[in-house]
Amino acid sequence: MFVLIVGSGRVGSAVARSMLQEGHQVSVLDEDAEALALLERNQDQAWEDLGGQFTVGTALEIDALLEAGIEQADAFVAATDGDNTNLVIAQIAKRRFNVPTVVVRVLDPARAEWYSEQGLSTVCPTAVAIDMLQQAVRAEVKG
Amino acid sequence: MYIVVVGAGKVGWNLARELIGKGNEVTVIESEPSRFAMVEEELEHAVHYGDGSELWVLERAGVGRADMVIAVTGDDEDNILICQVAREKYGVERVIARCNNPRNLQHFELLGIKPAVSATDLILRLIEHEVPRYGFLHLLDLPQERLEIIEIEVAEGSPAAGTMVKDLGLPDGSLAIAILRHGAGFVPLHDSVIEAGDEVLIVLDTGLEAKITERFQPPAEAA
Repeated sequence: MFVLIVGSGRVGSAVARSMLQEGHQVSVLDEDAEALALLERNQDQAWEDLGGQFTVGTALEIDALLEAGIEQADAFVAATDGDNTNLVIAQIAKRRFNVPTVVVRVLDPARAEWYSEQGLSTVCPTAVAIDMLQQAVRAEVKG
Repeated sequence: MYIVVVGAGKVGWNLARELIGKGNEVTVIESEPSRFAMVEEELEHAVHYGDGSELWVLERAGVGRADMVIAVTGDDEDNILICQVAREKYGVERVIARCNNPRNLQHFELLGIKPAVSATDLILRLIEHEVPRYGFLHLLDLPQERLEIIEIEVAEGSPAAGTMVKDLGLPDGSLAIAILRHGAGFVPLHDSVIEAGDEVLIVLDTGLEAKITERFQPPAEAA
């Protein structure tokens, strides 16, 4: 599987590394050239020597998406630090490039919920944290 | 009309002031605290503090009863999202988006956000109109009728040289009406052959200049 991950922060880089380890082809796009350092943290080899691809460019630039291989992508992960950026590029990946699997990180639960109702596959870390915190508090109270 | 304007930068603030002056009810949303404070001094309760791409902020501003939402922040992804949500979630019939980077116009188009207004693009088109890249003269402008007549010179090496008028590939909305050659002019037929050194008069709908000049531009200059 060819996976394109846009945004190489804590989340994007961790997903990229584990997908690469599982034997997938992984391409990462980030506007910051320094983001490569996160990909290579605790690794003996350079990201590209491990077989990964890295492109510097902003997510809304079609040329950058093409260079990062969006036309070949089987899966697209939108994980930049901007909810709106993620929601827009995910729709571009889906509607313009017909990427079969598109996953979007959205921090705001309200936007995540509405866009998931519209058919986007959204992941909302905030909603997950809210659930887990509630569960943890309840468990403590019972115990 | 009730109009929600997202973004109180220069564009949003002036827009809000004009719209209020014309008797509309307006709410402006601004997320930057110092900018908000500055605008609030003038517009008072007509400006709300918050991130206009947050649904609850839009709801607090009464997006549900808005006749129009205008997104003029400095971020294209925010403007796209605000207009998309306003139209599709809250059923706002009319949206207008500002497009900061003309390269992003294609994204507005893809997601059906229109009209998208790009100042850069407008100015570029005006420049093309005033100072065309490939030499032509405006002979007549009828701005109200949106028609104009231009005169364009056929250079040596132009793809138009040696071509019949019907094979020029002029876009719909334009017509070659005269050819000036060796100090005389004639009205061309569809099989008249254009020669290098000719001057061709074309009547066209305003805005077609670029499409027409590319038919006359020698290949070397096209790059």
